[in-house]
Amino acid sequence: MKNKVAITGNEAVAQAMKQINPDVVAAYPITPQTEVVQIFSSFVSNGQVDTEFVTVESEHSAMSAAIGASAAGARAMTATSSQGLALMFEMVYIASSLRLPIVFPVVNRALSGPINIHCDHSDAMGIKDSGVIQLFSENAQEAYDNMIQAVRIAEHPDVLLPVSVNFDGFITSHALDVLEVLDDDTVKSFVGRYQPEEYLLDAKNPVSMGNFDMYDFYFEHKRQQVAAMEAAKKVIEEVGKEYEAISGRKYGLIDAYRLEDAEMAVVVLNSAAGSAKGVVDELREKGMKVGVLKPRAFRPFPFEAVQEALKKVKAVAVLDRAETFSTLGGPMFADVRTALYDLKNDIKVVNYVYGLGGRDLRLEDVEKVFGDLADIIKTGRADKFVNYLGLRE
Amino acid sequence: MTPFNRNFGQGRNTKAVRLDMNWKELTKAGNIYEPGNAATYETGDWRTIRPVWNKDRCIHCLICWRYCPDASIISTDGKFDSFDYKHCKGCGICASVCPVHAIDMFSEDEIDRREEARKNEE
Ligand code: SF4
Ligand code: SF4
Repeated sequence: MKNKVAITGNEAVAQAMKQINPDVVAAYPITPQTEVVQIFSSFVSNGQVDTEFVTVESEHSAMSAAIGASAAGARAMTATSSQGLALMFEMVYIASSLRLPIVFPVVNRALSGPINIHCDHSDAMGIKDSGVIQLFSENAQEAYDNMIQAVRIAEHPDVLLPVSVNFDGFITSHALDVLEVLDDDTVKSFVGRYQPEEYLLDAKNPVSMGNFDMYDFYFEHKRQQVAAMEAAKKVIEEVGKEYEAISGRKYGLIDAYRLEDAEMAVVVLNSAAGSAKGVVDELREKGMKVGVLKPRAFRPFPFEAVQEALKKVKAVAVLDRAETFSTLGGPMFADVRTALYDLKNDIKVVNYVYGLGGRDLRLEDVEKVFGDLADIIKTGRADKFVNYLGLRE
Repeated sequence: MTPFNRNFGQGRNTKAVRLDMNWKELTKAGNIYEPGNAATYETGDWRTIRPVWNKDRCIHCLICWRYCPDASIISTDGKFDSFDYKHCKGCGICASVCPVHAIDMFSEDEIDRREEARKNEE
């Protein structure tokens, strides 16, 4: 049974958490994630979930408690944003290297300073090299769907890694959206019972985790994490197919929108992909061959799928909602450009940094990007490969 | 679902981790499944100075045995027996607590050089 509801992204994610009914949730409130935790805590106090809710004193402790719970054998979750994720940073690495399948929504918000509470992806990009799987969501529906699938991806025996589910602060988290939610039983049977192969409270099979690891073994354990990330690509696709069977909605590593015959493409994460798709529809009416590529998985980076989707285009613009301050553009630009380099198709790849600190990406901005790409194709030259979109220059 | 890959951490029931194991054979995340496995991790090669026992001076008080942080003094029948050089890290605590200076520390390099010289003479 499917129910159409009008709720915000935060409500949708709290709803997903309720239906997953995790054993432990440890979290600390931070804008714009606060509602997720607040709504979920009301489910706890109303007895609608069996979750042990741990009110911790910081995000560092939130992830620590989730790590302890997960290592002990519980299905554990946390949730955060921005500064909270930054404070959690140290423990995120512990979670991934101990191979604990903790699922945590990250409601994307800029990092201070100057202080700002609005959307960009600086928080998520800070942990892109930490060994966690990162899923991105265009809207409340995808945030809800990603949460449910994240549990299965994280806990798959070939993967066993934390999964963060990203969605845009305020734009997705606080705006009312119409979406379809699954009924409780469907979600319950989809996520199944968590049965870890090994856990600290298993007295019959004792295990010691988080051991001291020297130069003679640490390197091998990092290689194991890469293998788990590699395996995650397949698992994300398989779980996506299973989820399609219960929801009717398709999920893979990437979302390729009108790319089949496209000459120009925009690559963009999260809610901005929705705006870009709208512009693509308009430009298609005018006969322009344009499309959008939205990576759903950013870590692991699905470079094979990106190559396949973009191999025939002539020019690509990567839109980054974060800076790296490397003077070489945004974080996703580096990955996409690297993926396309070996194709040797002379695809021109340029970068646009946009929307920092919550600045809107206007439809005219996306139109301008496609206009620039058309010029690049016409002249065969891309002189300026790092650009700022919507900035007062 | 395709069958699980298990492309890492196959050493689920590995009692000891060994240096000749590759990343696929080692346990996942360095987890340890058997207690007391520190004995299998040989710390002796960390040593740069080596304790050497002076049999004639030793009064078998076993103060060194009590102080050694690596349980590398082996005693038999309540008497000093030998050093466990596979695990002795060469910290020198035994030498400094011995009341009769029956333990001397020698540089491993110096010992190697001397052994080399002796071999050449033979
Ligand atoms: S402390 Fe010195 S005297 Fe005592 S047992 Fe050890 S070596 Fe012998
Ligand atoms: S040198 Fe240190 S480790 Fe070695 S036997 Fe003496 S006290 Fe023990």
